[in-house]
Amino acid sequence: MHVPDGFLDAPTSVATAGFAALGVGLALRGARRELDERTAPMAGLVAAFIFAMQMLNFPVPPSTSGHLLGGALAAVLVGPWTGVLCLSVVLLVQSLMFADGGVTALGTNITLMGVIGVGVGWLVFRGLQRLLPSTPAMVAPAAALGGLLSVPVAAVAFTGLYAVGGEAAVDLSTLLAAMAAWHTLIGIGEAAITALTVASIMTVRPDLVYGARAVLESRELEIRTPADADADTDGSVA
Amino acid sequence: MTRDKGGVPRKRFFVGFLLLAVLLAGVVSYFASGDPDGLERVAGDHGMAETEKEHAAGDAPFADYGTEGVGNSALSGGLAGVAGVGVVLLVGTGVAFAVRRRKSTE
Repeated sequence: MHVPDGFLDAPTSVATAGFAALGVGLALRGARRELDERTAPMAGLVAAFIFAMQMLNFPVPPSTSGHLLGGALAAVLVGPWTGVLCLSVVLLVQSLMFADGGVTALGTNITLMGVIGVGVGWLVFRGLQRLLPSTPAMVAPAAALGGLLSVPVAAVAFTGLYAVGGEAAVDLSTLLAAMAAWHTLIGIGEAAITALTVASIMTVRPDLVYGARAVLESRELEIRTPADADADTDGSVA
Repeated sequence: MTRDKGGVPRKRFFVGFLLLAVLLAGVVSYFASGDPDGLERVAGDHGMAETEKEHAAGDAPFADYGTEGVGNSALSGGLAGVAGVGVVLLVGTGVAFAVRRRKSTE
């Protein structure tokens, strides 16, 4: 869903750039609460993994393809603020190094896939965590549903931007229907990849899944003094 | 110290995760679908593509996930993918360590 240069007019692109800058600015502050010595390497790895997965276009019949956006995945693995930073880094590198996603559209792409993709993915995930039984087994399905919804929502948001500042004369209701339909199909792939990735990491290192912290903490009813918590930088049980 | 409740050691997990990303971008990407993605499809079907401008970085050495000067398409795409994983990892890790909580200040 990488918007190229020339789709949206200059005022709209300036506005989305401002919105994206605000989002990244807030994320830089918010990520401080999510990242420590132990989880910081995870953020770089999640960004690299999402970059790799975004290269893997899966077929969406007929003769169309889709790829992971990774907003829900990033939010659940490293936290929503850090997730926005991960997606922003991916989109920046893709645009400047691989000519994927316009340079003037970078703010639009960070808005759609970074802020909206991560935001919707995380809100759906957190909402489901409150509704579903609080068990580690529910983390991956909740993340998958976050991924499933984040893709069509981002597609509809693009249509909204196009309604405001699209360069071509396009029938908007047709555009909305087409964007929503294709990206609902792509969302199914997003859900599958998100579920598989989160479930795999939950199997080997659940303590490195940000979205599982609430579930895991409720299971470990150990009493820790602040000194213990500080010394325990590696998550190991003392 | 790095082992947690009998799980995979943290360092080994990180190395494995990175190797997976390298494998996906460097090798599996060759088998990815070449069909237009959802937005490209809609843009082509409904007229948005007409106003698309050429990319400012279109002449970059890794533009369009190929490596300049490498004829073999599997190698060209694979090298570009691995280079991308490396750059994203460096920038992402750099940002994460720049904003993380520091133990000494708490």
